Amino acid sequence: MKIDRETVRKIAHLARLEFDEQAEDQIKDSMTEILDWVEQLNEVDTTDIQPLTNMSLEVNKFREDHIGEHLSHQSGLLNAPKKDQHYFRVPKVLD
Amino acid sequence: MDLRSFSAIHEHVKNGRISCKEIVDHYLSIIEQKSHLNVFLEVYEGEAKARAEEIDQKIQQGKAGRLAGMVLGLKDVLCYKGHHVQAGSKILDNFQSQFTGTAVQRLLDEDAIIIGRQNCDEFAMGSSTENSAFGPTRNDANPEHVPGGSSGGSAVSVQAGMCTAAIGSDTGGSVRQPAAFCGVVGLKPTYSRVSRYGLIAYASSFDIIGPFTNNMEDSALLLEVMAGADDFDSTVSHQEVPRYTQSLQFNGKVRVAYLKETLESEGLHPEVKSKTLETLQFLQQEGHTVEAVDFPLLRYVLPTYYLLTMAEASSNLSRYDGVKYGYRSFQTANMESMYKKTRTEGFGEEVKRRIMLGTFVLSASYYDAYYTKAQKVRKLLADATRKILKEYDFIVLPTTPTPAFKLGEHSNPLEMYLADLFTVQASIAGVPAISIPNGTDVHGLPIGLQVITDLFQEDKLFGFSQYLLENK
Repeated sequence: MKIDRETVRKIAHLARLEFDEQAEDQIKDSMTEILDWVEQLNEVDTTDIQPLTNMSLEVNKFREDHIGEHLSHQSGLLNAPKKDQHYFRVPKVLD
Repeated sequence: MDLRSFSAIHEHVKNGRISCKEIVDHYLSIIEQKSHLNVFLEVYEGEAKARAEEIDQKIQQGKAGRLAGMVLGLKDVLCYKGHHVQAGSKILDNFQSQFTGTAVQRLLDEDAIIIGRQNCDEFAMGSSTENSAFGPTRNDANPEHVPGGSSGGSAVSVQAGMCTAAIGSDTGGSVRQPAAFCGVVGLKPTYSRVSRYGLIAYASSFDIIGPFTNNMEDSALLLEVMAGADDFDSTVSHQEVPRYTQSLQFNGKVRVAYLKETLESEGLHPEVKSKTLETLQFLQQEGHTVEAVDFPLLRYVLPTYYLLTMAEASSNLSRYDGVKYGYRSFQTANMESMYKKTRTEGFGEEVKRRIMLGTFVLSASYYDAYYTKAQKVRKLLADATRKILKEYDFIVLPTTPTPAFKLGEHSNPLEMYLADLFTVQASIAGVPAISIPNGTDVHGLPIGLQVITDLFQEDKLFGFSQYLLENK
Protein backbone atom coordinates (compact mmCIF):
# COMPACT_ATOMS: atom_id res chain seq x y z
CA MET A 1 0.00 0.00 0.00
CA LYS A 2 1.61 3.19 -1.14
CA ILE A 3 0.93 6.00 1.30
CA ASP A 4 0.87 9.50 -0.15
CA ARG A 5 1.26 12.85 1.54
CA GLU A 6 -2.44 13.52 1.57
CA THR A 7 -3.08 10.27 3.45
CA VAL A 8 -0.35 11.11 5.95
CA ARG A 9 -2.02 14.47 6.59
CA LYS A 10 -5.46 12.93 6.96
CA ILE A 11 -4.26 10.22 9.38
CA ALA A 12 -2.09 12.69 11.30
CA HIS A 13 -5.14 14.87 11.85
CA LEU A 14 -7.15 11.88 13.12
CA ALA A 15 -4.28 10.96 15.46
CA ARG A 16 -3.80 14.61 16.51
CA LEU A 17 -0.18 14.65 15.38
CA GLU A 18 1.77 17.00 13.14
CA PHE A 19 4.68 16.35 10.79
CA ASP A 20 6.77 19.00 9.14
CA GLU A 21 7.75 18.51 5.51
CA GLN A 22 10.82 16.41 6.18
CA ALA A 23 9.16 14.30 8.87
CA GLU A 24 6.17 13.86 6.57
CA ASP A 25 8.37 12.26 3.92
CA GLN A 26 9.95 9.97 6.47
CA ILE A 27 6.70 8.77 7.99
CA LYS A 28 5.19 8.33 4.52
CA ASP A 29 8.01 6.01 3.47
CA SER A 30 8.08 4.22 6.78
CA MET A 31 4.32 3.58 6.72
CA THR A 32 4.51 2.35 3.14
CA GLU A 33 7.34 -0.05 3.99
CA ILE A 34 5.61 -1.47 7.06
CA LEU A 35 2.21 -1.79 5.39
CA ASP A 36 3.82 -3.63 2.46
CA TRP A 37 5.34 -5.98 5.00
CA VAL A 38 2.09 -6.67 6.93
CA GLU A 39 0.29 -7.30 3.65
CA GLN A 40 1.93 -10.73 3.66
CA LEU A 41 -1.14 -11.65 5.68
CA ASN A 42 -3.15 -11.61 2.45
CA GLU A 43 -1.45 -14.90 1.56
CA VAL A 44 -3.30 -16.58 4.43
CA ASP A 45 -6.71 -18.02 3.59
CA THR A 46 -9.10 -16.79 6.28
CA THR A 47 -12.38 -17.74 4.62
CA ASP A 48 -14.96 -18.63 7.29
CA ILE A 49 -12.55 -17.78 10.13
CA GLN A 50 -14.05 -15.71 12.91
CA PRO A 51 -11.77 -12.89 14.07
CA LEU A 52 -10.27 -13.37 17.54
CA THR A 53 -11.64 -10.39 19.44
CA ASN A 54 -11.45 -11.49 23.06
CA MET A 55 -8.56 -13.30 24.73
CA SER A 56 -10.50 -14.48 27.76
CA LEU A 57 -12.09 -17.90 27.95
CA GLU A 58 -14.03 -16.97 31.07
CA VAL A 59 -17.52 -15.55 31.32
CA ASN A 60 -17.88 -12.00 32.49
CA LYS A 61 -18.04 -11.75 36.25
CA PHE A 62 -20.11 -8.97 37.71
CA ARG A 63 -19.46 -7.41 41.05
CA GLU A 64 -21.74 -5.53 43.40
CA ASP A 65 -21.95 -1.86 42.62
CA HIS A 66 -21.06 -0.13 45.84
CA ILE A 67 -19.55 3.16 46.84
CA GLY A 68 -15.80 2.89 47.25
CA GLU A 69 -12.81 5.18 47.49
CA HIS A 70 -12.34 7.79 44.84
CA LEU A 71 -9.86 10.52 44.11
CA SER A 72 -10.29 13.70 46.06
CA HIS A 73 -10.80 16.90 44.09
CA GLN A 74 -7.35 18.05 45.08
CA SER A 75 -5.47 14.93 44.06
CA GLY A 76 -7.48 14.82 40.82
CA LEU A 77 -5.97 18.17 39.95
CA LEU A 78 -2.49 17.24 41.18
CA ASN A 79 -1.03 16.38 37.78
CA ALA A 80 -2.76 19.13 35.80
CA PRO A 81 -0.45 21.06 33.46
CA LYS A 82 -2.65 24.11 34.09
CA LYS A 83 -5.39 24.54 36.66
CA ASP A 84 -7.10 26.97 38.95
CA GLN A 85 -8.49 26.18 42.36
CA HIS A 86 -11.30 24.01 41.05
CA TYR A 87 -10.82 23.20 37.40
CA PHE A 88 -8.42 22.08 34.68
CA ARG A 89 -7.61 25.03 32.45
CA VAL A 90 -7.40 24.76 28.65
CA PRO A 91 -7.28 27.32 25.82
CA LYS A 92 -10.54 29.05 25.04
CA VAL A 93 -13.05 26.85 23.23
CA LEU A 94 -15.73 29.47 22.46
CA ASP A 95 -15.16 33.04 21.31
CA MET B 1 26.40 -14.11 51.25
CA ASP B 2 25.06 -14.23 47.69
CA LEU B 3 22.36 -11.59 47.44
CA ARG B 4 21.46 -12.34 43.86
CA SER B 5 18.48 -14.46 44.75
CA PHE B 6 15.84 -14.37 47.43
CA SER B 7 15.53 -18.11 47.87
CA ALA B 8 19.21 -18.25 48.88
CA ILE B 9 18.92 -15.62 51.60
CA HIS B 10 15.41 -15.59 53.00
CA GLU B 11 16.25 -18.08 55.76
CA HIS B 12 19.14 -15.83 56.81
CA VAL B 13 16.86 -12.81 56.74
CA LYS B 14 14.25 -14.57 58.85
CA ASN B 15 16.90 -15.60 61.37
CA GLY B 16 18.38 -12.11 61.51
CA ARG B 17 21.79 -13.14 60.13
CA ILE B 18 21.46 -10.36 57.60
CA SER B 19 19.17 -7.36 57.90
CA CYS B 20 17.02 -5.76 55.21
CA LYS B 21 18.97 -2.59 55.88
CA GLU B 22 22.25 -4.32 54.97
CA ILE B 23 20.67 -5.81 51.86
CA VAL B 24 19.37 -2.42 50.69
CA ASP B 25 22.74 -0.78 51.34
CA HIS B 26 24.44 -3.47 49.31
CA TYR B 27 22.15 -2.91 46.33
CA LEU B 28 22.47 0.87 46.58
CA SER B 29 26.23 0.57 46.32
CA ILE B 30 25.99 -1.60 43.20
CA ILE B 31 23.48 0.81 41.66
CA GLU B 32 25.93 3.64 42.18
CA GLN B 33 28.90 1.66 40.98
CA LYS B 34 27.09 0.72 37.75
CA SER B 35 25.27 3.97 37.07
CA HIS B 36 26.87 4.08 33.58
CA LEU B 37 24.43 1.35 32.52
CA ASN B 38 21.54 3.84 32.87
CA VAL B 39 19.20 1.38 34.54
CA PHE B 40 17.36 3.49 37.11
CA LEU B 41 15.37 6.61 36.26
CA GLU B 42 14.94 7.21 39.97
CA VAL B 43 16.39 5.48 43.02
CA TYR B 44 14.24 5.65 46.16
CA GLU B 45 17.26 5.62 48.42
CA GLY B 46 15.94 7.23 51.59
CA GLU B 47 12.58 5.55 51.31
CA ALA B 48 14.04 2.08 50.72
CA LYS B 49 16.30 2.45 53.75
CA ALA B 50 13.44 3.58 55.97
CA ARG B 51 11.24 0.74 54.80
CA ALA B 52 14.08 -1.74 55.36
CA GLU B 53 14.27 -0.64 58.99
CA GLU B 54 10.52 -1.04 59.38
CA ILE B 55 10.64 -4.52 57.95
CA ASP B 56 13.62 -5.44 60.10
CA GLN B 57 11.44 -4.62 63.09
CA LYS B 58 8.61 -6.71 61.74
CA ILE B 59 11.03 -9.61 61.32
CA GLN B 60 12.09 -9.31 64.95
CA GLN B 61 8.45 -9.34 65.97
CA GLY B 62 7.81 -12.36 63.78
CA LYS B 63 5.24 -10.42 61.75
CA ALA B 64 7.07 -10.09 58.43
CA GLY B 65 5.46 -10.99 55.11
CA ARG B 66 6.63 -13.61 52.62
CA LEU B 67 8.81 -11.15 50.70
CA ALA B 68 10.67 -9.62 53.64
CA GLY B 69 14.23 -9.14 52.39
CA MET B 70 13.21 -9.00 48.72
CA VAL B 71 14.30 -5.77 47.03
CA LEU B 72 12.56 -4.98 43.75
CA GLY B 73 12.90 -2.60 40.83
CA LEU B 74 9.84 -1.54 38.83
CA LYS B 75 9.73 -0.95 35.11
CA ASP B 76 8.64 2.62 34.41
CA VAL B 77 5.13 1.50 33.43
CA LEU B 78 3.88 0.41 36.86
CA CYS B 79 1.93 2.79 39.08
CA TYR B 80 3.17 3.20 42.64
CA LYS B 81 1.29 5.82 44.62
CA GLY B 82 3.14 9.07 45.23
CA HIS B 83 5.92 8.12 42.80
CA HIS B 84 6.59 9.29 39.29
CA VAL B 85 5.86 7.02 36.37
CA GLN B 86 6.21 8.04 32.75
CA ALA B 87 6.67 5.02 30.50
CA GLY B 88 10.03 6.34 29.32
CA SER B 89 8.18 9.21 27.66
CA LYS B 90 8.33 12.96 27.78
CA ILE B 91 4.56 13.09 27.45
CA LEU B 92 4.21 11.97 31.07
CA ASP B 93 6.70 14.54 32.40
CA ASN B 94 6.16 15.09 36.13
CA PHE B 95 3.31 12.59 36.31
CA GLN B 96 2.78 11.14 39.77
CA SER B 97 0.74 8.00 40.39
CA GLN B 98 -2.47 8.58 42.31
CA PHE B 99 -2.75 4.94 43.28
CA THR B 100 -0.71 1.74 43.43
CA GLY B 101 -1.41 -0.97 40.87
CA THR B 102 -2.71 -4.32 42.10
CA ALA B 103 0.41 -6.41 41.37
CA VAL B 104 2.68 -3.87 43.05
CA GLN B 105 0.33 -3.54 46.03
CA ARG B 106 0.38 -7.30 46.56
CA LEU B 107 4.19 -7.26 46.57
CA LEU B 108 4.22 -4.42 49.09
CA ASP B 109 1.66 -6.21 51.26
CA GLU B 110 4.15 -9.08 51.55
CA ASP B 111 6.87 -6.63 52.60
CA ALA B 112 8.87 -6.31 49.41
CA ILE B 113 11.04 -3.19 49.29
CA ILE B 114 10.92 -1.09 46.13
CA ILE B 115 14.23 0.49 45.30
CA GLY B 116 13.43 2.50 42.18
CA ARG B 117 11.91 2.79 38.74
CA GLN B 118 13.68 1.47 35.71
CA ASN B 119 14.29 2.58 32.15
CA CYS B 120 12.36 1.07 29.24
CA ASP B 121 11.43 1.76 25.65
CA GLU B 122 8.83 4.50 25.41
CA PHE B 123 5.40 3.02 26.18
CA ALA B 124 7.09 -0.41 26.07
CA MET B 125 7.47 -0.09 22.28
CA GLY B 126 10.86 -1.40 21.32
CA SER B 127 13.26 -4.30 21.54
CA SER B 128 16.43 -2.60 22.73
CA THR B 129 15.62 0.08 25.36
CA GLU B 130 17.06 2.64 22.95
CA ASN B 131 13.67 4.34 22.43
CA SER B 132 13.53 6.02 25.82
CA ALA B 133 13.29 9.75 26.50
CA PHE B 134 16.02 9.06 29.10
CA GLY B 135 18.60 7.58 26.73
CA PRO B 136 19.53 3.94 26.21
CA THR B 137 20.25 1.34 28.88
CA ARG B 138 23.37 -0.78 28.41
CA ASN B 139 23.97 -4.50 28.79
CA ASP B 140 26.17 -5.40 31.77
CA ALA B 141 27.77 -8.29 29.85
CA ASN B 142 29.09 -5.72 27.38
CA PRO B 143 28.02 -2.06 27.57
CA GLU B 144 28.45 -1.64 23.81
CA HIS B 145 25.45 -3.94 23.43
CA VAL B 146 21.78 -3.35 24.11
CA PRO B 147 20.00 -5.14 26.95
CA GLY B 148 16.98 -5.91 24.78
CA GLY B 149 13.62 -4.39 25.42
CA SER B 150 11.32 -3.06 26.20
CA SER B 151 11.99 -3.92 29.87
CA GLY B 152 15.76 -3.45 29.41
CA GLY B 153 16.40 -1.57 32.64
CA SER B 154 14.67 -4.26 34.67
CA ALA B 155 16.63 -7.06 32.99
CA VAL B 156 19.98 -5.37 33.58
CA SER B 157 19.14 -4.58 37.20
CA VAL B 158 18.84 -8.31 37.89
CA GLN B 159 21.81 -9.23 35.69
CA ALA B 160 24.05 -6.68 37.44
CA GLY B 161 22.81 -7.47 40.96
CA MET B 162 21.23 -4.07 41.64
CA CYS B 163 18.15 -5.63 43.22
CA THR B 164 16.90 -9.14 43.97
CA ALA B 165 14.32 -9.15 41.20
CA ALA B 166 12.46 -6.73 38.97
CA ILE B 167 8.93 -6.44 37.64
CA GLY B 168 8.44 -5.76 33.95
CA SER B 169 5.70 -6.13 31.37
CA ASP B 170 5.55 -8.30 28.26
CA THR B 171 3.43 -7.49 25.22
CA GLY B 172 5.33 -9.35 22.48
CA GLY B 173 8.47 -10.41 24.34
CA SER B 174 9.38 -7.39 26.46
CA VAL B 175 10.27 -9.57 29.46
CA ARG B 176 11.60 -12.68 27.70
CA GLN B 177 13.76 -11.01 25.06
CA PRO B 178 15.74 -8.77 27.48
CA ALA B 179 15.97 -11.69 29.94
CA ALA B 180 17.66 -13.69 27.16
CA PHE B 181 20.01 -10.83 26.25
CA CYS B 182 21.00 -10.39 29.90
CA GLY B 183 21.22 -14.03 31.01
CA VAL B 184 18.42 -13.97 33.58
CA VAL B 185 15.05 -15.70 34.01
CA GLY B 186 12.11 -13.80 32.49
CA LEU B 187 8.51 -14.96 32.72
CA LYS B 188 5.49 -14.02 30.65
CA PRO B 189 2.50 -15.53 32.46
CA THR B 190 -0.74 -16.55 30.75
CA TYR B 191 -2.63 -13.51 29.47
CA SER B 192 -5.01 -12.37 32.27
CA ARG B 193 -3.16 -14.26 35.03
CA VAL B 194 -2.05 -10.98 36.65
CA SER B 195 -4.23 -7.90 37.01
CA ARG B 196 -3.30 -5.06 34.66
CA TYR B 197 -4.70 -2.42 37.01
CA GLY B 198 -1.94 0.15 37.39
CA LEU B 199 0.00 -0.99 34.32
CA ILE B 200 0.29 1.73 31.68
CA ALA B 201 -1.43 0.25 28.64
CA TYR B 202 0.28 -0.47 25.34
CA ALA B 203 -1.80 -3.21 23.66
CA SER B 204 -4.47 -4.42 26.02
CA SER B 205 -5.16 -7.83 24.49
CA PHE B 206 -1.44 -8.73 24.86
CA ASP B 207 -0.07 -6.85 27.90
CA ILE B 208 0.89 -8.88 30.96
CA ILE B 209 3.08 -8.18 33.98
CA GLY B 210 5.99 -10.57 34.58
CA PRO B 211 9.07 -10.91 36.81
CA PHE B 212 12.84 -10.95 36.12
CA THR B 213 14.82 -13.12 38.54
CA ASN B 214 18.10 -14.96 38.86
CA ASN B 215 16.39 -18.28 39.51
CA MET B 216 13.16 -20.22 39.19
CA GLU B 217 12.12 -20.17 42.87
CA ASP B 218 11.97 -16.38 42.91
CA SER B 219 9.99 -16.30 39.68
CA ALA B 220 7.45 -18.77 41.06
CA LEU B 221 7.17 -16.86 44.33
CA LEU B 222 6.63 -13.50 42.65
CA LEU B 223 3.96 -14.86 40.33
CA GLU B 224 2.25 -16.58 43.25
CA VAL B 225 2.05 -13.25 45.09
CA MET B 226 1.00 -11.11 42.11
CA ALA B 227 -1.50 -13.38 40.32
CA GLY B 228 -5.23 -13.74 40.81
CA ALA B 229 -8.64 -12.12 40.67
CA ASP B 230 -8.96 -8.38 41.16
CA ASP B 231 -12.02 -6.13 41.27
CA PHE B 232 -10.12 -3.42 39.41
CA ASP B 233 -9.48 -5.41 36.23
CA SER B 234 -12.54 -6.93 34.59
CA THR B 235 -10.35 -9.00 32.24
CA VAL B 236 -8.26 -10.72 34.91
CA SER B 237 -8.72 -14.47 35.31
CA HIS B 238 -10.68 -15.81 38.26
CA GLN B 239 -8.99 -19.19 38.12
CA GLU B 240 -7.46 -20.18 41.40
CA VAL B 241 -3.73 -19.43 41.74
CA PRO B 242 -1.77 -22.66 42.31
CA ARG B 243 1.09 -22.82 44.80
CA TYR B 244 3.76 -22.27 42.18
CA THR B 245 6.50 -22.41 44.81
CA GLN B 246 5.51 -26.04 45.45
CA SER B 247 5.76 -26.86 41.74
CA LEU B 248 9.49 -26.80 41.26
CA GLN B 249 10.03 -30.53 41.34
CA PHE B 250 10.02 -32.36 38.08
CA ASN B 251 9.90 -36.02 37.32
CA GLY B 252 8.61 -38.33 34.68
CA LYS B 253 8.90 -38.06 30.96
CA VAL B 254 7.41 -35.34 28.84
CA ARG B 255 6.61 -34.67 25.23
CA VAL B 256 8.54 -31.75 23.77
CA ALA B 257 7.97 -30.13 20.39
CA TYR B 258 10.32 -27.88 18.54
CA LEU B 259 9.27 -25.89 15.52
CA LYS B 260 11.18 -26.79 12.42
CA GLU B 261 10.73 -23.27 11.06
CA THR B 262 12.47 -21.71 14.06
CA LEU B 263 15.64 -23.76 13.68
CA GLU B 264 15.67 -23.30 9.93
CA SER B 265 14.98 -19.59 10.24
CA GLU B 266 17.28 -17.50 8.04
CA GLY B 267 18.40 -14.97 10.64
CA LEU B 268 19.16 -17.56 13.33
CA HIS B 269 22.62 -17.07 14.83
CA PRO B 270 24.69 -20.31 14.60
CA GLU B 271 25.58 -20.32 18.30
CA VAL B 272 21.96 -19.75 19.34
CA LYS B 273 21.04 -22.63 17.09
CA SER B 274 23.69 -24.98 18.46
CA LYS B 275 22.77 -24.18 22.09
CA THR B 276 19.13 -24.93 21.35
CA LEU B 277 20.06 -28.18 19.62
CA GLU B 278 22.19 -29.18 22.61
CA THR B 279 19.18 -28.75 24.88
CA LEU B 280 16.99 -30.83 22.58
CA GLN B 281 19.65 -33.56 22.47
CA PHE B 282 19.93 -33.54 26.24
CA LEU B 283 16.16 -34.02 26.53
CA GLN B 284 16.25 -36.85 24.05
CA GLN B 285 19.09 -38.57 25.91
CA GLU B 286 17.11 -38.28 29.11
CA GLY B 287 14.33 -40.26 27.48
CA HIS B 288 11.85 -37.50 26.76
CA THR B 289 9.97 -37.46 23.50
CA VAL B 290 11.41 -34.71 21.31
CA GLU B 291 9.78 -34.15 17.95
CA ALA B 292 9.93 -31.60 15.17
CA VAL B 293 6.61 -29.99 14.38
CA ASP B 294 5.74 -28.00 11.28
CA PHE B 295 4.57 -24.50 11.93
CA PRO B 296 4.37 -22.94 8.47
CA LEU B 297 2.44 -19.98 9.88
CA LEU B 298 5.56 -18.74 11.74
CA ARG B 299 6.26 -16.10 9.11
CA TYR B 300 2.90 -14.47 9.82
CA VAL B 301 3.33 -14.02 13.56
CA LEU B 302 5.23 -10.73 13.36
CA PRO B 303 2.98 -8.95 10.85
CA THR B 304 -0.09 -10.08 12.84
CA TYR B 305 1.41 -8.97 16.10
CA TYR B 306 2.55 -5.56 14.89
CA LEU B 307 -0.69 -4.81 13.09
CA LEU B 308 -2.84 -5.57 16.13
CA THR B 309 -0.59 -3.90 18.70
CA MET B 310 -0.31 -0.73 16.62
CA ALA B 311 -4.09 -0.56 16.38
CA GLU B 312 -4.54 -1.09 20.11
CA ALA B 313 -1.75 1.37 20.91
CA SER B 314 -3.26 4.13 18.77
CA SER B 315 -6.47 3.76 20.74
CA ASN B 316 -4.81 3.43 24.17
CA LEU B 317 -2.51 6.41 23.63
CA SER B 318 -5.30 8.77 22.57
CA ARG B 319 -5.68 9.63 26.27
CA TYR B 320 -2.42 11.62 26.24
CA ASP B 321 -3.78 14.98 25.19
CA GLY B 322 -2.18 17.40 27.63
CA VAL B 323 -5.45 18.29 29.38
CA LYS B 324 -5.44 16.60 32.78
CA TYR B 325 -1.90 15.37 33.30
CA GLY B 326 1.55 15.09 31.80
CA TYR B 327 3.26 17.32 29.29
CA ARG B 328 1.44 20.17 27.57
CA SER B 329 2.69 22.42 24.81
CA PHE B 330 1.92 26.04 25.56
CA GLN B 331 2.77 27.33 22.05
CA THR B 332 -0.90 27.13 21.11
CA ALA B 333 -3.92 29.30 20.56
CA ASN B 334 -6.74 26.78 20.56
CA MET B 335 -7.66 23.28 21.71
CA GLU B 336 -6.94 21.49 18.46
CA SER B 337 -3.45 22.88 18.15
CA MET B 338 -2.87 22.20 21.85
CA TYR B 339 -3.64 18.52 21.32
CA LYS B 340 -1.51 18.31 18.21
CA LYS B 341 1.50 20.22 19.51
CA THR B 342 1.40 18.41 22.85
CA ARG B 343 1.37 14.97 21.24
CA THR B 344 3.87 15.88 18.54
CA GLU B 345 6.37 17.28 21.03
CA GLY B 346 5.66 14.70 23.76
CA PHE B 347 5.85 11.40 21.89
CA GLY B 348 9.03 9.93 20.42
CA GLU B 349 9.47 8.81 16.83
CA GLU B 350 8.66 5.12 17.23
CA VAL B 351 5.53 5.81 19.26
CA LYS B 352 4.30 8.27 16.64
CA ARG B 353 4.98 5.74 13.89
CA ARG B 354 2.87 3.12 15.65
CA ILE B 355 0.06 5.58 16.42
CA MET B 356 -0.02 6.60 12.75
CA LEU B 357 -0.08 3.03 11.48
CA GLY B 358 -2.63 2.02 14.12
CA THR B 359 -4.87 4.94 13.21
CA PHE B 360 -4.52 4.03 9.55
CA VAL B 361 -5.49 0.37 9.95
CA LEU B 362 -8.45 1.33 12.14
CA SER B 363 -9.70 4.00 9.74
CA ALA B 364 -13.03 3.23 8.07
CA SER B 365 -11.72 2.39 4.61
CA TYR B 366 -9.00 -0.01 5.77
CA TYR B 367 -10.43 -1.58 8.92
CA ASP B 368 -11.48 -4.88 7.36
CA ALA B 369 -8.53 -5.22 5.02
CA TYR B 370 -5.97 -4.84 7.80
CA TYR B 371 -7.35 -4.97 11.32
CA THR B 372 -10.05 -7.63 10.93
CA LYS B 373 -7.73 -9.64 8.70
CA ALA B 374 -5.08 -9.67 11.43
CA GLN B 375 -7.65 -10.73 14.03
CA LYS B 376 -8.57 -13.66 11.80
CA VAL B 377 -4.96 -14.68 11.34
CA ARG B 378 -4.52 -14.33 15.10
CA LYS B 379 -7.31 -16.87 15.52
CA LEU B 380 -5.51 -19.29 13.17
CA LEU B 381 -2.17 -18.76 14.91
CA ALA B 382 -3.65 -19.16 18.38
CA ASP B 383 -5.52 -22.33 17.37
CA ALA B 384 -2.44 -23.83 15.70
CA THR B 385 -0.33 -23.10 18.78
CA ARG B 386 -2.90 -24.54 21.17
CA LYS B 387 -3.19 -27.62 18.97
CA ILE B 388 0.54 -28.30 19.33
CA LEU B 389 0.21 -27.80 23.08
CA LYS B 390 -2.59 -30.36 23.24
CA GLU B 391 -0.24 -32.95 21.75
CA TYR B 392 2.93 -31.88 23.53
CA ASP B 393 3.68 -30.65 27.04
CA PHE B 394 6.10 -27.98 25.91
CA ILE B 395 7.39 -26.13 22.89
CA VAL B 396 11.11 -25.41 23.19
CA LEU B 397 12.73 -22.77 21.00
CA PRO B 398 15.35 -20.03 21.17
CA THR B 399 14.09 -16.86 22.87
CA THR B 400 15.76 -14.64 20.27
CA PRO B 401 17.33 -15.21 16.84
CA THR B 402 20.64 -13.63 17.95
CA PRO B 403 22.48 -12.62 21.13
CA ALA B 404 22.32 -8.93 22.12
CA PHE B 405 23.10 -6.64 19.19
CA LYS B 406 25.07 -3.41 19.40
CA LEU B 407 23.60 -0.04 20.28
CA GLY B 408 22.52 1.71 17.08
CA GLU B 409 22.82 -1.47 15.03
CA HIS B 410 19.16 -1.59 13.99
CA SER B 411 18.14 1.84 12.81
CA ASN B 412 15.42 0.56 10.50
CA PRO B 413 12.20 -0.19 12.41
CA LEU B 414 11.46 -3.36 10.44
CA GLU B 415 14.88 -4.81 11.30
CA MET B 416 14.17 -4.09 14.96
CA TYR B 417 10.76 -5.79 14.75
CA LEU B 418 12.44 -9.03 13.64
CA ALA B 419 14.12 -9.29 17.06
CA ASP B 420 10.72 -10.41 18.39
CA LEU B 421 10.32 -13.26 15.89
CA PHE B 422 10.31 -16.07 18.46
CA THR B 423 8.57 -14.35 21.34
CA VAL B 424 5.37 -13.05 19.75
CA GLN B 425 3.82 -16.47 19.11
CA ALA B 426 3.07 -17.02 22.82
CA SER B 427 1.74 -13.46 23.06
CA ILE B 428 -0.59 -13.98 20.13
CA ALA B 429 -1.94 -17.17 21.69
CA GLY B 430 -1.97 -15.77 25.25
CA VAL B 431 -0.09 -18.82 26.56
CA PRO B 432 2.66 -18.65 29.21
CA ALA B 433 6.33 -18.69 28.23
CA ILE B 434 9.61 -18.30 30.02
CA SER B 435 13.15 -17.45 28.97
CA ILE B 436 15.96 -19.16 30.86
CA PRO B 437 19.74 -18.74 30.47
CA ASN B 438 21.28 -21.18 28.01
CA GLY B 439 24.97 -20.34 28.08
CA THR B 440 26.78 -17.61 26.19
CA ASP B 441 28.29 -17.07 22.77
CA VAL B 442 32.07 -16.89 22.22
CA HIS B 443 32.05 -13.22 23.16
CA GLY B 444 30.37 -13.90 26.49
CA LEU B 445 26.98 -12.56 25.45
CA PRO B 446 24.11 -14.52 27.03
CA ILE B 447 21.83 -16.80 25.02
CA GLY B 448 18.27 -17.57 26.08
CA LEU B 449 16.08 -20.63 25.74
CA GLN B 450 12.33 -20.26 25.64
CA VAL B 451 9.81 -22.78 26.94
CA ILE B 452 6.14 -22.39 26.08
CA THR B 453 3.25 -24.34 27.55
CA ASP B 454 -0.54 -24.27 27.51
CA LEU B 455 -2.81 -21.72 29.19
CA PHE B 456 -2.56 -21.55 33.00
CA GLN B 457 0.08 -24.29 33.18
CA GLU B 458 2.71 -22.09 34.81
CA ASP B 459 3.25 -24.71 37.53
CA LYS B 460 4.34 -27.21 34.88
CA LEU B 461 6.47 -24.55 33.22
CA PHE B 462 8.34 -23.79 36.44
CA GLY B 463 9.03 -27.46 37.19
CA PHE B 464 10.35 -28.25 33.73
CA SER B 465 12.40 -25.05 33.43
CA GLN B 466 13.96 -25.69 36.82
CA TYR B 467 14.89 -29.19 35.64
CA LEU B 468 16.53 -27.71 32.53
CA LEU B 469 18.42 -25.13 34.57
CA GLU B 470 19.71 -27.71 37.02
CA ASN B 471 20.72 -30.40 34.59
CA LYS B 472 22.20 -28.72 31.62
